[in-house]
Amino acid sequence: MELHEFTVSEAAATVRRREVSSTDLVRALLARMEALEPALGAMLHWDAEAALAEARARDAEPPIGPLHGVPIALKDNLSVKGQFCSCASRILQGYRAPYDATVVEKLRQAGAVLLGRTNMDEFAMGSSTESSVICPTRNPWDFERTPGGSSGGSAAAVAARESFAALGSDTGGSIRQPAAFCGCVGLKPTYGRVSRYGLVAFASSLDQIGPLARDAQDAARILHAISGPDPRDSTSLPDAPPDFVAALGRGIRRLKLGLPREYFSGGMDADVEQAVRAAVRVLEGLGAEAVEISLPHTEHAVAAYYVLATAEASANLARFDGVRYGRRAENPADPLEMYGRTRAEGFGAEVKRRIILGTYVLSSGYHDAYYLHAQKVRTLIRRDFRQAFERCDVLLTPTTPSPAFKLGEKIQDPLQMYLADIFTIAANLAGVCALSLTCGFVEREKKLPVGLQIIGPWMGEETLFRVAGAYEQASAWHKEAPLG
Amino acid sequence: MSAPSSIDVGYVAQLARLKLSEEETRRFQGQLEQIVRYIEQIRRLDVAGIEPTAHAVDRSNVTRDDAAAPSLSSEEALANAPVRANGLFMVPKVIE
Repeated sequence: MELHEFTVSEAAATVRRREVSSTDLVRALLARMEALEPALGAMLHWDAEAALAEARARDAEPPIGPLHGVPIALKDNLSVKGQFCSCASRILQGYRAPYDATVVEKLRQAGAVLLGRTNMDEFAMGSSTESSVICPTRNPWDFERTPGGSSGGSAAAVAARESFAALGSDTGGSIRQPAAFCGCVGLKPTYGRVSRYGLVAFASSLDQIGPLARDAQDAARILHAISGPDPRDSTSLPDAPPDFVAALGRGIRRLKLGLPREYFSGGMDADVEQAVRAAVRVLEGLGAEAVEISLPHTEHAVAAYYVLATAEASANLARFDGVRYGRRAENPADPLEMYGRTRAEGFGAEVKRRIILGTYVLSSGYHDAYYLHAQKVRTLIRRDFRQAFERCDVLLTPTTPSPAFKLGEKIQDPLQMYLADIFTIAANLAGVCALSLTCGFVEREKKLPVGLQIIGPWMGEETLFRVAGAYEQASAWHKEAPLG
Repeated sequence: MSAPSSIDVGYVAQLARLKLSEEETRRFQGQLEQIVRYIEQIRRLDVAGIEPTAHAVDRSNVTRDDAAAPSLSSEEALANAPVRANGLFMVPKVIE
C-alpha cells in the first residue's frame, strides 16, 4: 500500500507508531499533487515548504492530539493567518488572512498538518466548481465531468488521494453534492455544531463547515476535532462533541429510517433510485426499519433557499468595496466609481447574479413578498423535519437526482444549476445535520459514484455515524478509487 | 406592494454598486427574469399566521463578557489595504 492511499485513521495510527513520519506523508501527497494537479485542478495553491515545516515540527514532538501529523487540505474560503484565501475570486487575489479560523486552530490543536488549499466555486456560489475564476476542477472518475460544488476541489482532492481528507463548507449542499459526485463521505453538521469564525461568509444563517473524507470513520474523527462552542461565533452551540467514532460501531437495530415520499416521486435517474433503494434494503437487513414519511413543503425549498441565501449573500459581500482589502479598480474618480468598478471587475458572473437577486428580494416593495415570505416558508420546512423526526431517527434520500454532470452542461443555465441542489437544500434551511456516502456506481460512459444522503435531527450526528458505520461494514463501495 | 417578477437589472445593479456592462445587463436580465419566475412559486404557499425563521437554531442575545482582549494590530489590519498612508485606509476624495 502506498502512503497516499491511507485513510486519516491509518495515517494517524502509523504516525503514532512511528512507522512513518508526518514528513513522509506530506512528501507522498505533494508528489501525488504534482503528478495529478495539472489535469485535475483540485488545488488552488499550496506551500510545500510550509507544510513540510509543520510536518517536521510534529515529527519532533510526542503526539499532541488524535490527528497528530496527518495532513489535511482546506477549502480556500477558510482563514489561515498569513496564507492566501482567495475564495477562487479575482476580488481576493493577493489577500492574506490576518487570523486563523477556529477550525484551523482546532485542527492544529489535534495535531493536523495543513496541506494546501482546494478549489471551489467563487465565494462558494455554484454546484460544479466551474465558477472558480482560476480553473474548473475535474471529476477524478471522469475528467469530462464536474466534481460538483462548491467544495468540488476538496472532494476531488480526497477522491484522487491528493489528501487524506479536506474541510469544505456547505450552504445548500456544497459538501454533500460534491462528495456524492466524487465518491467521498461528506458531512454538513447541525447548524451551530462547528464555529464559522474565519469562514468567509456566504449566507450566515445557512453556512456550516464540515469534513470530506474517504470513509465515515475519518469524517467522525475530523468532526470531533473541529466541533464545539466558540465565543467568537455567537451562533455556535454550547454542546461539547460526543464520541462520534464510538457511534460507528453501535449498530442500527430497531432504528427507524424515514423515506420522504416527496424525494422519491420521480425526477431522479432510475439507476440512482435503484442504488439508493438497494442501500435501504442493506440497512433493513442490519435490523433497521424503513418507513415512508412526508416532508410536505419540499417542493418550495429551492425557491425559498435562493431568496434567503442570495439576500444574505448580498449583505455579506457588500464588504468587498476596494477599501480595506482585496482588489481596487485603477484610478477611480470618486468613491462611487471605485465601488462600482471594483465589484464589477472583481466578481464573476454567478456572484454578480446572486448579489443582484439578493438585493432585489430585499429592496423596497419586494422585501415582504420575497424575503419575509421565504422566511415563513423556512419555518414550514423546519416544522416538516421536526414532525418527521418524531416518527423516525434518520431520513434517507439520494444526495442528488443524477450522477456527476458534464463540464459546460449547466453553466450557461443558472436555474438548471440551482436545481442540482434539490435534495440537499432543505437540510440547510432546517439547520439539521446530513451526511452523504457512496451507495453504488452507475455507468455514464464511465463508472460514476452515487450518493446516499442520511439526514439526522438537530445535534443528531451520532445517529448519522451509526447508520454510516453500519452501512460501510456491510458494503465496500467506499473502498473504490478512481485513477488507480 | 409592487407587482413582483418585474426585476430591472440595471436599477438593482446600481443599488448593489455593480457597474455592469450593457452586455452583462442584457444577459442577466433574461437569466434573472427566469429565476424570479421560479422563486415566485413560494408566493402560492399560504403562510398566514406563520412566524418567520431568521436562523436555524433558536438562540438569541448570546453575549460574552465585555472584557478587553488582544485583537489585530493597526499594522495587521492595514496589511491588505489596496492604498494606505499614515496608518489609514486611503480612498478617492469624497467631498470637493
